[in-house]
Amino acid sequence: MREDNRSDDARTDEPGHADRDQIKLLPQLVAHLREHRTKLRQEWAVRIQDAHLLLAMTAQEISAETTSVYDNYVEVLETGSVGALQHYARDLSERIIPRGVETHEVVGIVLLLRDVLARSLFEKYQGDFPLLNRVLDAYEPAANRIANTVAVSFVDERERVIRQQQDAIRELSTPVLPVRERLLILPIIGVLDSDRAKQLTEQLLAGIRTHRAKVVVIDITGAPDVDETVANHLVQTVDASRLMGASVIITGLSPKIAQTLVTIGVDLSKMNTIGDLQGGLEEAERLLGYAAPPENGATPS
Amino acid sequence: MSSGPALVSILRQGSYLVASVHTALDDTEMVRFQHDLIEQIGAHRARGVIIDVAALDVVDSFASRTLADIAEMARLRGALTVVVGIRPEVAFTMVRLGMRAGALPTALDLEEGLAFLDAQVGPARPPAAPGLRPR
Repeated sequence: MREDNRSDDARTDEPGHADRDQIKLLPQLVAHLREHRTKLRQEWAVRIQDAHLLLAMTAQEISAETTSVYDNYVEVLETGSVGALQHYARDLSERIIPRGVETHEVVGIVLLLRDVLARSLFEKYQGDFPLLNRVLDAYEPAANRIANTVAVSFVDERERVIRQQQDAIRELSTPVLPVRERLLILPIIGVLDSDRAKQLTEQLLAGIRTHRAKVVVIDITGAPDVDETVANHLVQTVDASRLMGASVIITGLSPKIAQTLVTIGVDLSKMNTIGDLQGGLEEAERLLGYAAPPENGATPS
Repeated sequence: MSSGPALVSILRQGSYLVASVHTALDDTEMVRFQHDLIEQIGAHRARGVIIDVAALDVVDSFASRTLADIAEMARLRGALTVVVGIRPEVAFTMVRLGMRAGALPTALDLEEGLAFLDAQVGPARPPAAPGLRPR
């Protein structure tokens, strides 16, 4: 009875007053969605399972998360404020990203919820097409905005995590270690891409200046491979170091890298390379004028 | 020195000349610097030249080449040249622009440059009146 009245009200409205329509219709929608909360939520959960989404989470976790997503969803439909949803989506992303939930899953479940709710609206208003149209006019933009917000928040959060990790790796990746007066060691571990090579150059040249280094040992035992760009960059770094008055010794060239460098024709004739780090350090000490340590380990002169 | 404002100061230090470049030089100024310096090597009978470029934040390819030229000309006039104070970012740019290490002796700073010259040409000889020196 009440419902009929409301439908009548809505129908007597002038078409084209979409804003007024929405203002009137949205509370109606929200009331409907609240009323059938349990049923719709279950339907949604079933569809999530059918679609094999969120496999990384347990049934209880899914249930807890879907309940709060549902409530937030309806709340945003009601208030139209995406701020709260953004906040929630960020929290949610923070929780589920470490568990290996993928972007397509998050977008998938939000879209499933949108569909479930749309179906329920179809069912409710199927007798009255003009009204159904207006209901969907009110519902769709709001629902799409929500889907958008959740997806964007999720991706943002992921990118934030990735950036954070990149920063962490960057800080760890190229330590410049002073071992002795005027002697620096630069161990390179892991893949050397051009970004890292560039950063390595900056840190090394700055390190030469701060530590007043005369000799630098770059140990690339831990680098699995280099390409031509990186190799040339390395050569340039060696040259630049020499311009700053430091000589560079490269140690730990793996057989693979040695072959690569010669095959691609990088000019390494002026590079001072020594087999391993130990030999490199001995050579460095010789260059610095320390006595070459014999077997009994004499003190430096 | 024939230059107006002091873009470069060339000072005598024992048997070495210390040329400090204070500001970025354009090509003309660079050539004038080269001319002045080579002239002064003879005038002071310098055995070593230190060119301090610590104040420069840009060294283009022309300047790099001129520095290498100066080193070679100085060698012909009997003085060993060392360029000191190249900044990290400048060093890398110079290499990018095609400068190969080895074309030019370099050292970290003035102190290192002096040590390098001492090692290469021997410690400064006692100052003597030019006329008394046997040729």
